[in-house]
Amino acid sequence: MSVRQSLLALLEEQPRYGYQLRIEFEARTGATWPLNVGQVYTTLSRLERDGLVERAGDDGEGHALYRITDAGRQDVQAWFETPVDRSAPPREELAIKLAIAVTVPGVDVATIVQRQRTATVRALQDYTRLKRKGSPDASEHDLAWSLVLDSLIFAAEAEVRWLDHCESRLARSSYQRQTATPPVSAAVPERSDEVVS
Amino acid sequence: MTAAPDVSAWAALQPAVAPVLELRDVRRVHGSGPTAVHALRGVSLSIRPGELVAVMGPSGSGKSTLLTLAGGLDTPTSGEVLVENVALPGLSRRDLAKLRRRSVGYVFQDFNLIPALTALENVALPGELDGIPTRRARKEALAALAELDLSELADRFPDDMSGGQQQRVAIARAIVGDRRLVLADEPTGALDSETGEAVLRLLRARVDAGAGALLVTHEARHAAWADRVVFLRDGVVVDDTGEPPAIDLLLERKW
Repeated sequence: MSVRQSLLALLEEQPRYGYQLRIEFEARTGATWPLNVGQVYTTLSRLERDGLVERAGDDGEGHALYRITDAGRQDVQAWFETPVDRSAPPREELAIKLAIAVTVPGVDVATIVQRQRTATVRALQDYTRLKRKGSPDASEHDLAWSLVLDSLIFAAEAEVRWLDHCESRLARSSYQRQTATPPVSAAVPERSDEVVS
Repeated sequence: MTAAPDVSAWAALQPAVAPVLELRDVRRVHGSGPTAVHALRGVSLSIRPGELVAVMGPSGSGKSTLLTLAGGLDTPTSGEVLVENVALPGLSRRDLAKLRRRSVGYVFQDFNLIPALTALENVALPGELDGIPTRRARKEALAALAELDLSELADRFPDDMSGGQQQRVAIARAIVGDRRLVLADEPTGALDSETGEAVLRLLRARVDAGAGALLVTHEARHAAWADRVVFLRDGVVVDDTGEPPAIDLLLERKW
């Protein structure tokens, strides 16, 4: 979805051909989400089918140029004006993994949390190293890429905070289980969702 | 906890430089008997010149204790603390105070600038306390402020500066003279994210120029400026991000 809208927005600036669109997209997002040329042309032909772009001859060297239509312009504007939909969160592997881990007996959840935290902080160090190479007063040209980098940094940071939170919740629940007075009669069935730590 | 990273190639590149800070199996127990609190239970850590090490841990993990021991503000129950190869516990009170003033710089969360003194006077204070003639102490302070691009703040009082400016002056105070070990305790605590980042950039630049630094924080985004992040839980190191990738190091290394 975002690739389609991004390519449209790039065509709003000026007519371009497929390879140029790919270069522009990657320059602005720091090649964080690489596009292949095939993907660009597939998207362009769908946009053409939907009447959002049209062919505009070639650039004299045999590259087919595309130009945005009025319908396409409206589409881009609507994209910028509408918040990104957060009501259907994408599948989050880590959250799913921990949710399954706390319910399956015999899994050392604390170790999963610590390993993930180390891995995520390492990723954060890599992003920060990239950031260090750029100057704090990035030119307009670098601004787009540095904002993408910041987005990755904030997301990784949020993940570490969430892992810290999971760790203290796990510690508290295992402490409560240890200190809870066991019932005198053994008639209480064991909880099947008990955390094994 | 994780598989041991292969650091042999990396280690082979390291010249035999003495660490600026070394902790060897450091333990710190507060109180005794059944109510004893084991703040640190055997921590070993070493920081070389040019290295920034971050310690991450929740409150109560022992990270503040670690910092006060590293700075000679507290004494370990057992184990050794060495600053530039000098064992702190063996020092007389006077030599310890001198070492603290001359070799170690501190950056605290709440800046700790003296409100009645200008930025320049605050930065010159450690030198003056150390008996350096006023004129020379001021010259060194001006140099430290200039290095951090803060010369225009020299005559301002802390109350006339923003939080970010105050913290940058506090960093100038921590590096004035020839301090090779900087200890920072949540230095970005009260700052907004952009100002906090500027403070870390400054600390990082100082480390790249040859100092060693120990940064204690609970924020991953700030710890990520370090070469190595150490995770502390209940007084023990539970994990470590390891050394930076060797390739990166080879590329960035100034031969």
